[in-house]
Amino acid sequence: MTDAARIVIVGAGPAGVRAAETLVAAGLRPLVLDEQSRCGGQIYRQPAAGAGFERSKRTLYGFEAAKAHALHSTMEALLPHIGYQADTLVWDCEARNGQGGRLVALHDAREQNVPFSHLILATGATDRVLPIPGWTLPGVYTLGGAQTALKTQGCAIGSQIVFAGTGPLLYLVAYQYAKAGARVAAVLDTSPLAAQARALPKLARQPATLAKGVYYVGWLQAHGVRIERNVTLERVHGERSVTSLAWRRADAGNGDEAIVETIRCDALALGFGLRPETQLADIAGCRFRFDDTTQCWLPERDAAGRSSIAGIYLAGDGAGIAGADAAELAGRRAALAVLEDLQCEATPDAHHEETASLERAMKRIAVFRSGLEAAFPPPFGRAASWPDDTIVCRCEQIDAGTLRRCVRAGEAKEINRLKALTRVGMGRCQGRMCGEAALALIADETDCSMQTVGRLRAQAPVKPIPLAAALGDDALAAIPEHARDE
Amino acid sequence: MSELHHYDVAIAGGGLVGASAALALARAGLRVVLFERRYCGAQASGVNYGGVRCQGRPAEQLPLAMRAREVWRRLPESIGIDGEFVVSGHLRLARSEADLAGLAEYAHMAAEHGLHLELIAGRAFRTRYPWLGSAAIGGSLCETDGHANPRLVSPAFAQAARRAGADVLELTPLDDVTYDGARFQLSANGRRFSADWLINAAGAWANTIAQRFGDAVPMQPIYPNMWVTEPLPQFITHNLGVYGGGIYARQVARGNCIIGGGRGYGDGQYAQPSSDTTRTVMRDACALLPMLREALLIRSWSGVEGCTPDHNPIIGASHRVPRLLHAFGFSGGGFLLAPGVGEVLAELVVSGATATPLAAFDVDRFVPAAASLPSITSS
Repeated sequence: MTDAARIVIVGAGPAGVRAAETLVAAGLRPLVLDEQSRCGGQIYRQPAAGAGFERSKRTLYGFEAAKAHALHSTMEALLPHIGYQADTLVWDCEARNGQGGRLVALHDAREQNVPFSHLILATGATDRVLPIPGWTLPGVYTLGGAQTALKTQGCAIGSQIVFAGTGPLLYLVAYQYAKAGARVAAVLDTSPLAAQARALPKLARQPATLAKGVYYVGWLQAHGVRIERNVTLERVHGERSVTSLAWRRADAGNGDEAIVETIRCDALALGFGLRPETQLADIAGCRFRFDDTTQCWLPERDAAGRSSIAGIYLAGDGAGIAGADAAELAGRRAALAVLEDLQCEATPDAHHEETASLERAMKRIAVFRSGLEAAFPPPFGRAASWPDDTIVCRCEQIDAGTLRRCVRAGEAKEINRLKALTRVGMGRCQGRMCGEAALALIADETDCSMQTVGRLRAQAPVKPIPLAAALGDDALAAIPEHARDE
Repeated sequence: MSELHHYDVAIAGGGLVGASAALALARAGLRVVLFERRYCGAQASGVNYGGVRCQGRPAEQLPLAMRAREVWRRLPESIGIDGEFVVSGHLRLARSEADLAGLAEYAHMAAEHGLHLELIAGRAFRTRYPWLGSAAIGGSLCETDGHANPRLVSPAFAQAARRAGADVLELTPLDDVTYDGARFQLSANGRRFSADWLINAAGAWANTIAQRFGDAVPMQPIYPNMWVTEPLPQFITHNLGVYGGGIYARQVARGNCIIGGGRGYGDGQYAQPSSDTTRTVMRDACALLPMLREALLIRSWSGVEGCTPDHNPIIGASHRVPRLLHAFGFSGGGFLLAPGVGEVLAELVVSGATATPLAAFDVDRFVPAAASLPSITSS
């Protein structure tokens, strides 16, 4: 039975690599497709080959250097035993419940079909982006983007940088920049300290992780970096690029100009936590549910990572944000689920103990994660305060006022409807950057929950693909007579 | 027992046909209720390619098409928005001498219906269209054709119908519909309705209603495959088609090129684009429009559409049940026609007749001649 198995893993971050390792240990040879040039995912991202600079793993990954090293070395050791194709954008997935399916990928400017019997999606996460007036000015980066510039290219996004938004990454990236010699003008956290204090009992479940967070904050403070909590971000100023950021304390009165403070900067790193990259699961047809803790739509999965489609498994942040440690566990667990399903009833208990312990560990991390979400809540509720001229969808240049007018006219109270009528989420990013903001805006306008206003459906391709990629494809059939419309 | 709401006309389906009929009927002063199980104009009416084209249609559709084109001319007065309707002209391309001959023959026929086409070939063609690839050797231009944005136009008809006084009920699937010998009895979302007339405009799902009255037709779901590029500098000046079909393309004011051809797949309820089809059309599109070689494709989509064996729609009265009208099965060509069909349906209700010839669209045309059925006078 396993002879016929063609197991494909999408993503070579913590979840993908550990899934591959587990399958290889069982004597299988999975195919790993990764969008990046080198393995490691976003968190353990490696400098581009021939990047022209040398930074030690200790410098690149700080406290996580050992984990990064372990993951990179594991992948290195796996290479003779797996298929591995880097620089590969998987942009479509056609799946049949329990009967495998096919991925469509772009590699080396050519189109590829990749059939699978079992598919593990370990597609990772991107920054959760929420708009503030002026956020589309040059010089404004996402937090993750700022971190990537540092890790991959060894360059900073500016010489005087404000880090703003919320989430644990805010302090980490500010710390990494400061350590690398950049001037951090301030760290502005939209979450109140009280929320972080309230979440302490849950955060204490992972004392080492909590300690690292405390360390970054302490280090920044010890080095004179200004940290403000419970702030409201008012506006990014600048003509051609960012020159300053206006903010005020959230508990101060609205509209009182006197309390708005302005910090000069030439770059702004902005982020409100992470959001899972669920598009492939969506396009494949996986069922989704609304997750109250993270306030977003997630593909359904069981404790092992099985999706609603037999043969498709979900692991890592791409299935729901839980962090790199949980991703490694989830990658292993999903791979064990593939083994369980492949062997049917032959050896059902072979991995029983391991699966049980993985699931227990994942549960512990989940409690910690719920604490993090409570400590750093994304300010979705601020949607009401976005001025009408704030760009929500940067690809299509759709502002908050346009969306509000459409909702108020009674024409749309559902996200896909709003998209159809206003073009929000219709541009190059296909809503990956603006979808949640649009959701928050309708929810605010209609006084409904984000769940009620629906889910922005993903459509292929996951990311833009060049038309020229189809030119070299000789395998393409002509359009049959019966399908020739004018 | 819930209160019974009575209407002159009940309409099943909030696509462009149902909504434009609701608009025309409400403006004629009738009490109208429209049932839409999802959102108005969110199915084939809202996700189609957006061609507003008389050229290329068979002779039997031309009178209806020419009439519908008049409604498009008055679009802003009618529904309050222009729907991004652009009279760009429609250029139907020839890839061979035989295609050119076919275009010439078609132009002769179309002229008899008052549709005037300009044939262009040879050097004049190349000079006028330097942005077209060498695969195209000539074409036929219909200057009065164009394209519009279905995402805006179709919901706007429903909104206009609402403003005109029609009760447009979204997220309201019809649970039951019967004819009691005098009226239609309907129930939806736990409410009961009655109506003197019933218009079946339920698109790809219209057979579920038609068959209740013995009017089912052979209709298959089709899933047209479409995709769109990132915004590009303006270069496609017309709505483009190809003689014999296979690919169609237009460029919107924002710069995106919308390109269709071939089929996606689906289960009758939902449609998905096919990456195989998309890639085939990507290749063909690059041959036809070399500028696209540098472009990125950002989204693909499909929709569920009902297709009849002769690719003509079903429009007109049932021969079994009085005051039952059908309008569905547009087979991928309904966007231009639908607003005209709404007017025709309203005429049939208000005056019992229409000057627009509908014989080719008869609901019974697929029934073998011997199998004529008695009319139903009571349920």
